[in-house]
Amino acid sequence: MDESRRTFLAQAGQWILLTGAASVAWDAIVAGAPETAPNYDVTAHWWAILIDIDKCIGCGTCVRSCKTENDVPLEPEYFRTWVERYIVNVEDPDHPFVEAPNGGYDGFADVTVGPNAKTFFVPKMCNHCADSPCVQVCPVGATFVSPDGVVLIDKDRCLGCRYCIQACPYGTRFLDPRTHTADKCTLCYHRITKGLLPACVETCPTGARQIGDLKNPNDPIHEYLRTHTVQVLKPQMATGAKAYYHGLDGSVR
Amino acid sequence: MGRNGAHLVRMAALFAAGLVVFLAVRQRFVPHDFGTYGHYRAGALDDARAKPIKFAGQRTCVECHSDVAERRSASHHAKVSCEICHGALAVHASGDSPATPGRPDGRAPCLTCHQKNVSKPAWFPQIVAAEHADEGPCTACHQPHSPGVS
Repeated sequence: MDESRRTFLAQAGQWILLTGAASVAWDAIVAGAPETAPNYDVTAHWWAILIDIDKCIGCGTCVRSCKTENDVPLEPEYFRTWVERYIVNVEDPDHPFVEAPNGGYDGFADVTVGPNAKTFFVPKMCNHCADSPCVQVCPVGATFVSPDGVVLIDKDRCLGCRYCIQACPYGTRFLDPRTHTADKCTLCYHRITKGLLPACVETCPTGARQIGDLKNPNDPIHEYLRTHTVQVLKPQMATGAKAYYHGLDGSVR
Repeated sequence: MGRNGAHLVRMAALFAAGLVVFLAVRQRFVPHDFGTYGHYRAGALDDARAKPIKFAGQRTCVECHSDVAERRSASHHAKVSCEICHGALAVHASGDSPATPGRPDGRAPCLTCHQKNVSKPAWFPQIVAAEHADEGPCTACHQPHSPGVS
């Protein structure tokens, strides 16, 4: 091989290596120190939700308090949590009748159901999936699973492209008409990081909604999950949903 | 390098200049805390935490109103938190404002939960309001903080 060519290749190799190293070093410089979170260790928690169908009375208090706490627009298109009523013909469980007038905000009127029907309420909200489809489709890193297992939106980065709204198998996202950015349940991140309960859990009169910290060995959620049958919504989608429903009927979608 | 080396130097210089431009643009547009925890801006966690609370929470209510909480703790409403009926009261609890709790009035607050509905679980106490106690006020017989009829 020609001597000057060899020298060139060696120099080019060094140059590429140095560039790579400089790039890595630069990343470390611009990243800076992790944000400090006083009194709350973001890596010490892993939040999950328990919903007990047998306790939900469809009063809609959770829907109202969620809108109050989080300034959700009051129009019936926008909900961070809502309640559905199922009316299921027991001979045809694949085609339940589902309704959620104003998301259950005003409660539910009594109905008359046939002798072959069963009826119950199903509270719905973000399942705070560990492998969220909504996070995977975001083109700009505006939505993410936080280190403590909460799916959040960075409103400063969100473009309002709506990919995440379409990707969520549970329909829990909407476009905020005021900011034109995606919006969703934060599990009341501003509350749980202060040791408070999410607004819907705080105001559920029957305890149908609970939250638990799966990383805290003393949290009663472990005992609950050991002693109760639970199910997540759409398990076939492998979303790693962390909203565990007890008493969920097979007809619920 | 030899006699043809000049154009290689020019190319390297161009590459270096391109790299500088790339890094400058990157620094300008990618937030400094992007990527600290994952493919997102770490400061978004603090943004989410910064929102003020509206519901004070049961523990806060009981700090002052322990008498009511004690009465309630022996009743069917033991686990019904204050702000379900009285509304969001973080402003009241902070003491910064004269905002006082709403005093639920009439039958509506009770019927929010207790109106008969076939979709409600059977264990939950329900009434058909039109047929119950001549549509009189609930508080004639029931005290909300200890609702059992004595």
